[in-house]
Amino acid sequence: MTARYSIFSLVKNALSYHENWQQAWHSPEPKKQYDAVIVGGGGHGLVTAYYLAKEHGLRNIAVIERGWLGGGNTGRNTTIVRSNYMWDQSAALYEHSLKLWENMTRELNFNVMFSQRSVLNLAHTLNEVRITKRRINSNRLNGIDSEWLEPEDVKREVPIIDLRGGGRYPVMGGSIQRRAGTARHDAVAWGYARACSEMGVDIIQQCAVEGFDIEGGQVTGVRTSKGHIKTNKVGLVVAGHCGVLANMAGFKLPVNSRPLQALVSEPVKPIVHNVVMAGAVHAYISQSDKGELVIGAGTDAYNGYSQWGSNPVTEDTLAAICELYPLFKRMRMLRQWGGVVDTCPDASPIIGLSPVKGMYLNCGWGTGGFKATPGSGHIFADTVANNRPHPIAAPFALDRFRTGFLIDEHAAAGVAH
Amino acid sequence: MLRIPCPYCGERTENEFSYGGEAHKVRPERPEEVSDAQWADYLFLQKNTKGTFYERWVHTYGCRRWFNVVRDTLTNEVHGSYKMGEEPPKVDEKTYV
Repeated sequence: MTARYSIFSLVKNALSYHENWQQAWHSPEPKKQYDAVIVGGGGHGLVTAYYLAKEHGLRNIAVIERGWLGGGNTGRNTTIVRSNYMWDQSAALYEHSLKLWENMTRELNFNVMFSQRSVLNLAHTLNEVRITKRRINSNRLNGIDSEWLEPEDVKREVPIIDLRGGGRYPVMGGSIQRRAGTARHDAVAWGYARACSEMGVDIIQQCAVEGFDIEGGQVTGVRTSKGHIKTNKVGLVVAGHCGVLANMAGFKLPVNSRPLQALVSEPVKPIVHNVVMAGAVHAYISQSDKGELVIGAGTDAYNGYSQWGSNPVTEDTLAAICELYPLFKRMRMLRQWGGVVDTCPDASPIIGLSPVKGMYLNCGWGTGGFKATPGSGHIFADTVANNRPHPIAAPFALDRFRTGFLIDEHAAAGVAH
Repeated sequence: MLRIPCPYCGERTENEFSYGGEAHKVRPERPEEVSDAQWADYLFLQKNTKGTFYERWVHTYGCRRWFNVVRDTLTNEVHGSYKMGEEPPKVDEKTYV
Protein backbone atom coordinates (compact mmCIF):
# COMPACT_ATOMS: atom_id res chain seq x y z
CA MET A 1 0.00 0.00 0.00
CA THR A 2 1.39 3.36 -1.00
CA ALA A 3 1.55 5.86 1.84
CA ARG A 4 -0.44 9.06 1.32
CA TYR A 5 1.46 12.31 1.00
CA SER A 6 0.35 14.89 3.53
CA ILE A 7 1.66 17.49 5.93
CA PHE A 8 1.98 14.71 8.53
CA SER A 9 4.03 12.43 6.28
CA LEU A 10 6.23 15.41 5.45
CA VAL A 11 6.87 16.16 9.11
CA LYS A 12 7.40 12.50 9.92
CA ASN A 13 9.96 12.09 7.14
CA ALA A 14 11.67 15.35 8.01
CA LEU A 15 12.51 13.81 11.38
CA SER A 16 14.49 11.08 9.60
CA TYR A 17 16.15 13.55 7.22
CA HIS A 18 13.95 12.44 4.28
CA GLU A 19 15.88 9.21 3.96
CA ASN A 20 12.96 6.84 4.44
CA TRP A 21 10.50 7.93 1.75
CA GLN A 22 8.88 4.95 0.13
CA GLN A 23 9.57 4.38 -3.59
CA ALA A 24 6.76 5.96 -5.58
CA TRP A 25 6.42 3.04 -7.98
CA HIS A 26 7.74 -0.50 -8.41
CA SER A 27 10.03 -1.56 -11.23
CA PRO A 28 9.20 -5.23 -11.85
CA GLU A 29 10.50 -7.52 -14.58
CA PRO A 30 7.95 -8.13 -17.33
CA LYS A 31 5.56 -11.08 -16.97
CA LYS A 32 5.02 -13.54 -19.81
CA GLN A 33 1.51 -12.38 -20.53
CA TYR A 34 -0.62 -9.26 -20.04
CA ASP A 35 -4.22 -8.36 -20.83
CA ALA A 36 -2.98 -5.12 -22.34
CA VAL A 37 0.42 -3.57 -23.03
CA ILE A 38 0.82 0.17 -23.35
CA VAL A 39 3.91 1.15 -25.31
CA GLY A 40 5.23 4.49 -24.11
CA GLY A 41 5.74 5.62 -20.53
CA GLY A 42 5.11 9.29 -21.03
CA GLY A 43 2.13 11.16 -19.65
CA HIS A 44 -0.38 9.88 -22.19
CA GLY A 45 0.67 6.24 -21.78
CA LEU A 46 0.61 6.35 -17.99
CA VAL A 47 -2.80 8.03 -17.90
CA THR A 48 -4.10 5.37 -20.28
CA ALA A 49 -2.90 2.63 -17.93
CA TYR A 50 -4.32 4.54 -14.97
CA TYR A 51 -7.84 4.65 -16.40
CA LEU A 52 -7.65 1.09 -17.76
CA ALA A 53 -7.01 -0.03 -14.19
CA LYS A 54 -9.30 2.42 -12.46
CA GLU A 55 -12.36 2.55 -14.68
CA HIS A 56 -12.17 -0.60 -16.79
CA GLY A 57 -11.00 -3.12 -14.24
CA LEU A 58 -7.92 -4.26 -16.16
CA ARG A 59 -5.21 -4.92 -13.61
CA ASN A 60 -2.93 -7.30 -15.50
CA ILE A 61 -1.43 -4.58 -17.66
CA ALA A 62 2.01 -3.17 -18.36
CA VAL A 63 3.44 0.13 -19.48
CA ILE A 64 6.71 -0.38 -21.29
CA GLU A 65 9.12 2.46 -21.84
CA ARG A 66 12.36 2.45 -23.78
CA GLY A 67 14.04 5.16 -21.72
CA TRP A 68 12.85 6.36 -18.36
CA LEU A 69 9.47 7.62 -17.20
CA GLY A 70 8.64 11.04 -18.55
CA GLY A 71 12.06 11.30 -20.18
CA GLY A 72 10.67 11.92 -23.65
CA ASN A 73 8.40 14.75 -24.66
CA THR A 74 6.68 14.68 -21.27
CA GLY A 75 9.86 16.13 -19.78
CA ARG A 76 10.74 18.26 -22.80
CA ASN A 77 7.65 20.37 -23.39
CA THR A 78 6.89 23.89 -22.20
CA THR A 79 4.11 22.73 -19.83
CA ILE A 80 1.26 24.80 -21.24
CA VAL A 81 -2.32 23.71 -20.60
CA ARG A 82 -5.26 25.34 -22.38
CA SER A 83 -8.43 24.35 -24.22
CA ASN A 84 -9.25 27.32 -26.48
CA TYR A 85 -9.27 25.32 -29.71
CA MET A 86 -11.57 26.33 -32.49
CA TRP A 87 -13.31 23.28 -33.92
CA ASP A 88 -16.03 21.49 -31.96
CA GLN A 89 -14.19 18.16 -32.00
CA SER A 90 -11.02 19.68 -30.57
CA ALA A 91 -12.93 21.81 -28.09
CA ALA A 92 -14.57 18.66 -26.72
CA LEU A 93 -11.23 16.88 -26.43
CA TYR A 94 -9.15 19.64 -24.86
CA GLU A 95 -11.89 20.92 -22.57
CA HIS A 96 -12.47 17.37 -21.30
CA SER A 97 -8.78 17.34 -20.54
CA LEU A 98 -8.70 20.75 -18.86
CA LYS A 99 -11.47 19.66 -16.51
CA LEU A 100 -9.38 16.65 -15.48
CA TRP A 101 -6.34 18.90 -14.93
CA GLU A 102 -8.35 20.98 -12.48
CA ASN A 103 -8.74 18.02 -10.14
CA MET A 104 -5.54 16.09 -10.88
CA THR A 105 -3.47 16.99 -7.83
CA ARG A 106 -6.25 15.96 -5.45
CA GLU A 107 -7.11 12.81 -7.36
CA LEU A 108 -3.50 11.58 -7.48
CA ASN A 109 -2.46 12.83 -4.04
CA PHE A 110 0.53 14.23 -5.90
CA ASN A 111 1.16 17.91 -6.41
CA VAL A 112 1.34 18.51 -10.15
CA MET A 113 1.55 22.25 -9.50
CA PHE A 114 -1.27 23.05 -11.89
CA SER A 115 -1.30 26.82 -12.01
CA GLN A 116 -4.23 28.48 -13.79
CA ARG A 117 -2.28 31.63 -14.51
CA SER A 118 -4.04 32.26 -17.85
CA VAL A 119 -2.80 31.95 -21.40
CA LEU A 120 -2.74 34.95 -23.70
CA ASN A 121 -2.57 34.67 -27.48
CA LEU A 122 -1.39 37.85 -29.17
CA ALA A 123 -2.64 39.07 -32.54
CA HIS A 124 -0.14 40.97 -34.66
CA THR A 125 -1.99 41.49 -37.93
CA LEU A 126 -5.51 42.43 -38.96
CA ASN A 127 -6.00 38.91 -40.25
CA GLU A 128 -4.93 37.46 -36.92
CA VAL A 129 -7.35 39.80 -35.13
CA ARG A 130 -10.20 38.40 -37.22
CA ILE A 131 -9.15 34.77 -36.73
CA THR A 132 -8.71 35.30 -33.00
CA LYS A 133 -12.15 36.87 -32.61
CA ARG A 134 -13.69 34.04 -34.59
CA ARG A 135 -11.95 31.53 -32.35
CA ILE A 136 -13.16 33.34 -29.22
CA ASN A 137 -16.76 33.17 -30.47
CA SER A 138 -16.31 29.52 -31.28
CA ASN A 139 -14.83 28.84 -27.83
CA ARG A 140 -17.72 30.55 -26.08
CA LEU A 141 -20.30 28.62 -28.06
CA ASN A 142 -18.57 25.50 -26.78
CA GLY A 143 -18.67 26.68 -23.17
CA ILE A 144 -14.94 27.45 -23.01
CA ASP A 145 -13.88 30.68 -21.32
CA SER A 146 -12.23 33.02 -23.78
CA GLU A 147 -12.06 36.82 -23.90
CA TRP A 148 -10.86 39.43 -26.36
CA LEU A 149 -8.23 41.86 -25.11
CA GLU A 150 -7.64 45.28 -26.63
CA PRO A 151 -3.97 46.33 -26.79
CA GLU A 152 -4.29 48.36 -23.57
CA ASP A 153 -5.73 45.28 -21.82
CA VAL A 154 -2.74 43.29 -23.03
CA LYS A 155 -0.46 45.93 -21.56
CA ARG A 156 -2.31 45.69 -18.24
CA GLU A 157 -1.81 41.91 -18.18
CA VAL A 158 1.80 42.01 -19.38
CA PRO A 159 3.31 45.37 -18.39
CA ILE A 160 6.74 44.57 -19.84
CA ILE A 161 5.45 44.09 -23.38
CA ASP A 162 6.26 46.63 -26.08
CA LEU A 163 2.92 47.08 -27.85
CA ARG A 164 4.73 48.45 -30.89
CA GLY A 165 6.62 45.16 -31.08
CA GLY A 166 9.75 47.11 -31.99
CA GLY A 167 7.88 48.37 -35.03
CA ARG A 168 7.94 44.92 -36.56
CA TYR A 169 5.32 43.02 -34.59
CA PRO A 170 2.71 45.50 -33.33
CA VAL A 171 0.28 44.03 -30.80
CA MET A 172 -3.24 44.60 -32.14
CA GLY A 173 -4.96 42.71 -29.35
CA GLY A 174 -5.24 39.16 -28.21
CA SER A 175 -7.31 36.48 -26.57
CA ILE A 176 -7.06 35.23 -23.04
CA GLN A 177 -8.20 32.00 -21.43
CA ARG A 178 -8.09 32.55 -17.70
CA ARG A 179 -8.56 28.88 -16.72
CA ALA A 180 -5.51 27.92 -18.75
CA GLY A 181 -1.99 27.85 -17.36
CA THR A 182 0.93 25.56 -16.69
CA ALA A 183 1.71 22.38 -14.74
CA ARG A 184 4.83 20.65 -13.55
CA HIS A 185 5.43 18.25 -16.43
CA ASP A 186 7.43 15.46 -14.79
CA ALA A 187 5.22 15.49 -11.71
CA VAL A 188 2.41 14.44 -14.04
CA ALA A 189 4.37 11.35 -15.11
CA TRP A 190 5.46 10.58 -11.55
CA GLY A 191 2.01 11.10 -10.08
CA TYR A 192 0.30 8.80 -12.56
CA ALA A 193 3.11 6.23 -12.32
CA ARG A 194 2.63 6.12 -8.56
CA ALA A 195 -1.13 5.76 -8.89
CA CYS A 196 -0.75 3.04 -11.57
CA SER A 197 1.77 1.11 -9.52
CA GLU A 198 -0.55 1.17 -6.53
CA MET A 199 -3.27 -0.47 -8.63
CA GLY A 200 -0.90 -3.23 -9.73
CA VAL A 201 0.11 -1.93 -13.15
CA ASP A 202 3.63 -3.07 -14.11
CA ILE A 203 5.77 -0.14 -15.15
CA ILE A 204 8.77 -1.44 -17.04
CA GLN A 205 11.50 1.03 -17.96
CA GLN A 206 14.55 0.47 -20.16
CA CYS A 207 12.45 -1.88 -22.26
CA ALA A 208 12.48 -1.19 -26.00
CA VAL A 209 9.99 -2.66 -28.45
CA GLU A 210 11.73 -4.70 -31.14
CA GLY A 211 8.75 -6.04 -33.01
CA PHE A 212 5.17 -7.27 -32.90
CA ASP A 213 3.65 -10.70 -33.38
CA ILE A 214 0.70 -10.42 -35.70
CA GLU A 215 -1.34 -13.48 -36.67
CA GLY A 216 -4.14 -13.17 -39.20
CA GLY A 217 -4.27 -9.42 -38.73
CA GLN A 218 -4.54 -9.68 -34.94
CA VAL A 219 -1.73 -8.66 -32.62
CA THR A 220 -0.69 -11.52 -30.32
CA GLY A 221 2.51 -10.31 -28.71
CA VAL A 222 5.23 -7.74 -28.34
CA ARG A 223 8.92 -8.55 -28.71
CA THR A 224 10.98 -6.40 -26.41
CA SER A 225 14.55 -6.03 -25.27
CA LYS A 226 13.44 -7.68 -22.02
CA GLY A 227 11.88 -10.68 -23.70
CA HIS A 228 8.70 -11.76 -25.33
CA ILE A 229 5.33 -10.62 -23.97
CA LYS A 230 2.05 -12.22 -24.99
CA THR A 231 -0.95 -9.91 -25.25
CA ASN A 232 -4.00 -9.33 -27.41
CA LYS A 233 -4.19 -5.61 -26.83
CA VAL A 234 -1.42 -3.12 -27.55
CA GLY A 235 -1.79 0.63 -27.18
CA LEU A 236 0.83 2.62 -29.05
CA VAL A 237 1.29 5.85 -27.15
CA VAL A 238 4.62 7.08 -28.39
CA ALA A 239 5.25 10.50 -29.87
CA GLY A 240 8.05 11.03 -32.38
CA HIS A 241 8.65 7.33 -32.91
CA CYS A 242 5.07 6.30 -33.73
CA GLY A 243 6.05 5.98 -37.37
CA VAL A 244 8.90 3.62 -36.50
CA LEU A 245 6.53 1.38 -34.51
CA ALA A 246 3.88 1.54 -37.24
CA ASN A 247 6.50 0.32 -39.71
CA MET A 248 7.22 -2.65 -37.41
CA ALA A 249 3.51 -3.44 -37.42
CA GLY A 250 3.35 -3.09 -41.21
CA PHE A 251 1.40 0.11 -41.81
CA LYS A 252 2.11 3.76 -42.49
CA LEU A 253 0.91 6.87 -40.67
CA PRO A 254 0.23 10.38 -41.95
CA VAL A 255 2.92 11.67 -39.65
CA ASN A 256 6.17 13.59 -40.09
CA SER A 257 8.55 13.54 -37.12
CA ARG A 258 10.44 16.74 -36.43
CA PRO A 259 12.41 18.28 -33.61
CA LEU A 260 10.57 20.95 -31.64
CA GLN A 261 12.78 23.23 -29.59
CA ALA A 262 12.51 25.00 -26.28
CA LEU A 263 14.84 27.10 -24.17
CA VAL A 264 15.08 28.36 -20.62
CA SER A 265 16.85 31.46 -19.43
CA GLU A 266 18.73 32.18 -16.26
CA PRO A 267 16.33 32.56 -13.31
CA VAL A 268 15.06 36.04 -12.49
CA LYS A 269 12.52 37.50 -10.09
CA PRO A 270 8.83 37.17 -11.06
CA ILE A 271 8.17 39.30 -14.12
CA VAL A 272 5.65 37.49 -16.35
CA HIS A 273 2.69 35.96 -14.59
CA ASN A 274 0.75 34.58 -17.56
CA VAL A 275 1.73 32.43 -20.47
CA VAL A 276 2.09 34.78 -23.44
CA MET A 277 2.02 33.29 -26.90
CA ALA A 278 2.59 34.96 -30.24
CA GLY A 279 1.77 32.40 -32.90
CA ALA A 280 2.57 34.54 -35.91
CA VAL A 281 6.13 35.21 -34.82
CA HIS A 282 6.77 31.80 -33.30
CA ALA A 283 7.47 33.05 -29.80
CA TYR A 284 5.91 32.19 -26.50
CA ILE A 285 7.07 32.62 -22.96
CA SER A 286 6.10 31.86 -19.42
CA GLN A 287 8.06 31.95 -16.21
CA SER A 288 8.68 28.81 -14.22
CA ASP A 289 8.38 28.68 -10.45
CA LYS A 290 12.17 28.66 -10.33
CA GLY A 291 12.18 32.01 -12.13
CA GLU A 292 13.45 30.86 -15.50
CA LEU A 293 11.78 32.14 -18.63
CA VAL A 294 10.48 29.12 -20.49
CA ILE A 295 10.53 29.81 -24.20
CA GLY A 296 8.97 27.69 -26.88
CA ALA A 297 10.23 27.81 -30.45
CA GLY A 298 8.90 26.12 -33.54
CA THR A 299 9.51 22.80 -35.25
CA ASP A 300 12.23 22.33 -37.81
CA ALA A 301 11.11 22.75 -41.39
CA TYR A 302 12.30 19.24 -42.26
CA ASN A 303 11.99 15.72 -40.82
CA GLY A 304 14.41 14.69 -38.12
CA TYR A 305 14.91 12.54 -35.04
CA SER A 306 17.86 14.44 -33.61
CA GLN A 307 16.32 15.83 -30.36
CA TRP A 308 18.42 18.87 -31.07
CA GLY A 309 16.88 21.10 -33.69
CA SER A 310 18.03 23.65 -36.17
CA ASN A 311 19.69 26.94 -35.18
CA PRO A 312 17.72 29.35 -37.38
CA VAL A 313 14.52 28.28 -35.59
CA THR A 314 15.65 29.42 -32.14
CA GLU A 315 17.26 32.49 -33.66
CA ASP A 316 13.92 33.60 -35.16
CA THR A 317 12.11 32.99 -31.90
CA LEU A 318 14.59 34.92 -29.81
CA ALA A 319 14.62 37.77 -32.33
CA ALA A 320 10.84 38.09 -31.97
CA ILE A 321 11.04 37.90 -28.18
CA CYS A 322 13.59 40.72 -28.13
CA GLU A 323 11.23 42.89 -30.21
CA LEU A 324 8.21 42.18 -28.01
CA TYR A 325 10.04 42.34 -24.67
CA PRO A 326 13.01 44.71 -25.11
CA LEU A 327 13.78 44.13 -21.45
CA PHE A 328 14.87 40.56 -22.22
CA LYS A 329 17.56 41.53 -24.71
CA ARG A 330 20.24 41.02 -22.10
CA MET A 331 18.87 37.77 -20.66
CA ARG A 332 21.14 34.80 -21.00
CA MET A 333 19.80 31.43 -22.05
CA LEU A 334 20.79 28.54 -19.85
CA ARG A 335 19.58 25.53 -21.77
CA GLN A 336 18.20 24.63 -25.15
CA TRP A 337 16.83 21.26 -26.25
CA GLY A 338 14.60 19.54 -28.74
CA GLY A 339 11.97 16.85 -28.57
CA VAL A 340 10.88 14.80 -31.57
CA VAL A 341 7.22 15.49 -32.26
CA ASP A 342 4.89 13.62 -34.59
CA THR A 343 3.10 16.20 -36.69
CA CYS A 344 -0.10 15.43 -38.59
CA PRO A 345 -1.20 17.29 -41.72
CA ASP A 346 -4.18 18.85 -39.89
CA ALA A 347 -2.38 19.47 -36.57
CA SER A 348 -4.80 17.15 -34.77
CA PRO A 349 -3.93 13.86 -33.09
CA ILE A 350 -4.79 10.31 -34.13
CA ILE A 351 -6.73 8.40 -31.48
CA GLY A 352 -8.45 5.11 -32.12
CA LEU A 353 -8.15 1.80 -33.91
CA SER A 354 -5.30 0.88 -36.23
CA PRO A 355 -5.20 -1.36 -39.31
CA VAL A 356 -4.07 -4.22 -37.01
CA LYS A 357 -6.73 -5.80 -34.78
CA GLY A 358 -6.04 -5.33 -31.10
CA MET A 359 -3.59 -2.53 -31.77
CA TYR A 360 -4.68 0.99 -30.86
CA LEU A 361 -3.18 4.34 -31.74
CA ASN A 362 -2.74 7.45 -29.66
CA CYS A 363 -0.23 9.60 -31.50
CA GLY A 364 0.21 12.51 -33.86
CA TRP A 365 -0.09 15.10 -31.08
CA GLY A 366 2.59 17.11 -32.79
CA THR A 367 3.58 20.22 -30.92
CA GLY A 368 0.76 20.33 -28.39
CA GLY A 369 0.15 17.04 -26.63
CA PHE A 370 1.01 17.94 -23.06
CA LYS A 371 -2.19 19.88 -22.37
CA ALA A 372 -4.25 16.90 -23.46
CA THR A 373 -2.49 14.35 -21.26
CA PRO A 374 -5.33 13.39 -18.86
CA GLY A 375 -8.17 13.64 -21.39
CA SER A 376 -6.23 11.75 -24.02
CA GLY A 377 -5.47 8.88 -21.67
CA HIS A 378 -9.05 8.83 -20.39
CA ILE A 379 -10.72 8.47 -23.77
CA PHE A 380 -7.97 6.20 -25.09
CA ALA A 381 -8.35 3.78 -22.17
CA ASP A 382 -12.06 3.57 -22.99
CA THR A 383 -11.19 2.95 -26.63
CA VAL A 384 -8.70 0.18 -25.79
CA ALA A 385 -10.97 -1.50 -23.23
CA ASN A 386 -14.05 -1.55 -25.43
CA ASN A 387 -12.42 -2.00 -28.83
CA ARG A 388 -14.32 0.95 -30.32
CA PRO A 389 -13.59 4.67 -30.32
CA HIS A 390 -14.78 6.74 -27.38
CA PRO A 391 -17.29 9.35 -28.67
CA ILE A 392 -14.76 12.16 -28.15
CA ALA A 393 -12.05 10.11 -29.90
CA ALA A 394 -14.20 9.06 -32.86
CA PRO A 395 -13.53 12.16 -35.06
CA PHE A 396 -9.78 11.69 -34.50
CA ALA A 397 -9.68 8.26 -36.14
CA LEU A 398 -6.87 7.39 -38.55
CA ASP A 399 -9.57 6.85 -41.16
CA ARG A 400 -10.19 10.61 -41.42
CA PHE A 401 -7.30 10.84 -43.86
CA ARG A 402 -9.20 8.52 -46.19
CA THR A 403 -12.64 10.07 -45.76
CA GLY A 404 -11.32 13.63 -45.84
CA PHE A 405 -12.95 14.73 -42.58
CA LEU A 406 -9.84 16.48 -41.32
CA ILE A 407 -9.92 18.58 -38.17
CA ASP A 408 -7.82 21.45 -39.34
CA GLU A 409 -6.46 23.16 -36.26
CA HIS A 410 -3.58 24.89 -38.02
CA ALA A 411 -5.14 28.33 -37.93
CA ALA A 412 -6.80 27.80 -34.59
CA ALA A 413 -3.85 26.23 -32.84
CA GLY A 414 -1.30 28.41 -34.58
CA VAL A 415 2.23 27.29 -34.02
CA ALA A 416 2.08 27.98 -30.37
CA HIS A 417 1.12 25.29 -27.92
CA MET B 1 22.36 24.20 -39.44
CA LEU B 2 22.36 21.90 -42.45
CA ARG B 3 24.59 22.60 -45.41
CA ILE B 4 22.75 21.45 -48.48
CA PRO B 5 24.53 20.82 -51.77
CA CYS B 6 22.26 22.30 -54.44
CA PRO B 7 23.13 20.42 -57.65
CA TYR B 8 22.93 23.72 -59.55
CA CYS B 9 24.48 26.27 -57.16
CA GLY B 10 26.67 24.25 -54.81
CA GLU B 11 26.60 23.98 -51.04
CA ARG B 12 24.53 26.57 -49.16
CA THR B 13 23.04 26.83 -45.66
CA GLU B 14 19.60 25.39 -44.99
CA ASN B 15 17.76 28.70 -44.65
CA GLU B 16 18.10 29.33 -48.38
CA PHE B 17 15.96 26.25 -49.00
CA SER B 18 12.41 25.03 -48.48
CA TYR B 19 11.43 21.47 -47.75
CA GLY B 20 9.28 19.26 -49.94
CA GLY B 21 9.06 16.08 -47.89
CA GLU B 22 9.43 12.47 -49.01
CA ALA B 23 10.89 12.04 -52.50
CA HIS B 24 9.93 9.52 -55.19
CA LYS B 25 6.23 9.60 -54.33
CA VAL B 26 4.47 9.20 -57.64
CA ARG B 27 1.20 11.05 -58.16
CA PRO B 28 -1.39 8.64 -59.55
CA GLU B 29 -1.75 9.18 -63.31
CA ARG B 30 -5.55 9.31 -63.08
CA PRO B 31 -6.61 10.49 -59.62
CA GLU B 32 -10.29 10.06 -60.50
CA GLU B 33 -9.75 6.33 -61.00
CA VAL B 34 -7.92 5.42 -57.79
CA SER B 35 -9.69 4.49 -54.57
CA ASP B 36 -9.91 6.85 -51.61
CA ALA B 37 -7.39 4.69 -49.77
CA GLN B 38 -4.86 4.91 -52.62
CA TRP B 39 -5.36 8.66 -52.86
CA ALA B 40 -4.91 9.03 -49.08
CA ASP B 41 -1.74 6.98 -49.35
CA TYR B 42 -0.35 9.35 -51.96
CA LEU B 43 -1.54 12.50 -50.22
CA PHE B 44 -0.93 11.84 -46.54
CA LEU B 45 0.86 8.63 -45.59
CA GLN B 46 4.56 8.99 -44.91
CA LYS B 47 7.55 6.70 -44.65
CA ASN B 48 8.87 9.07 -41.97
CA THR B 49 12.12 7.13 -41.93
CA LYS B 50 14.48 7.26 -38.98
CA GLY B 51 17.70 6.88 -40.90
CA THR B 52 18.60 7.29 -44.57
CA PHE B 53 15.85 9.36 -46.13
CA TYR B 54 15.30 10.54 -49.70
CA GLU B 55 13.65 13.93 -49.69
CA ARG B 56 12.79 16.89 -51.90
CA TRP B 57 14.14 20.39 -51.45
CA VAL B 58 13.78 23.62 -53.42
CA HIS B 59 16.43 26.33 -53.50
CA THR B 60 13.94 29.14 -52.71
CA TYR B 61 16.46 31.94 -52.31
CA GLY B 62 18.76 30.72 -55.06
CA CYS B 63 18.04 29.07 -58.38
CA ARG B 64 14.48 28.17 -57.25
CA ARG B 65 14.82 24.68 -58.67
CA TRP B 66 13.65 21.43 -57.09
CA PHE B 67 16.01 18.54 -56.48
CA ASN B 68 16.44 15.55 -54.16
CA VAL B 69 18.69 15.05 -51.16
CA VAL B 70 19.76 11.90 -49.32
CA ARG B 71 20.09 12.63 -45.64
CA ASP B 72 20.25 10.71 -42.38
CA THR B 73 17.32 11.98 -40.29
CA LEU B 74 18.97 11.01 -37.00
CA THR B 75 22.50 12.29 -37.49
CA ASN B 76 21.59 14.98 -40.07
CA GLU B 77 24.48 13.83 -42.23
CA VAL B 78 23.81 14.84 -45.85
CA HIS B 79 24.96 12.06 -48.17
CA GLY B 80 24.41 13.93 -51.40
CA SER B 81 21.94 15.49 -53.78
CA TYR B 82 20.74 14.74 -57.28
CA LYS B 83 18.57 16.36 -59.92
CA MET B 84 14.94 15.41 -60.43
CA GLY B 85 14.73 12.35 -62.67
CA GLU B 86 18.27 11.23 -61.89
CA GLU B 87 19.18 8.07 -60.04
CA PRO B 88 20.00 8.62 -56.37
CA PRO B 89 23.65 8.19 -55.38
CA LYS B 90 24.55 4.81 -53.89
CA VAL B 91 24.74 5.16 -50.12
CA ASP B 92 25.03 2.72 -47.28
CA GLU B 93 21.40 2.86 -46.10
CA LYS B 94 20.73 2.82 -42.39
CA THR B 95 17.60 2.69 -40.28
CA TYR B 96 17.45 3.09 -36.52
CA VAL B 97 14.88 1.84 -34.04
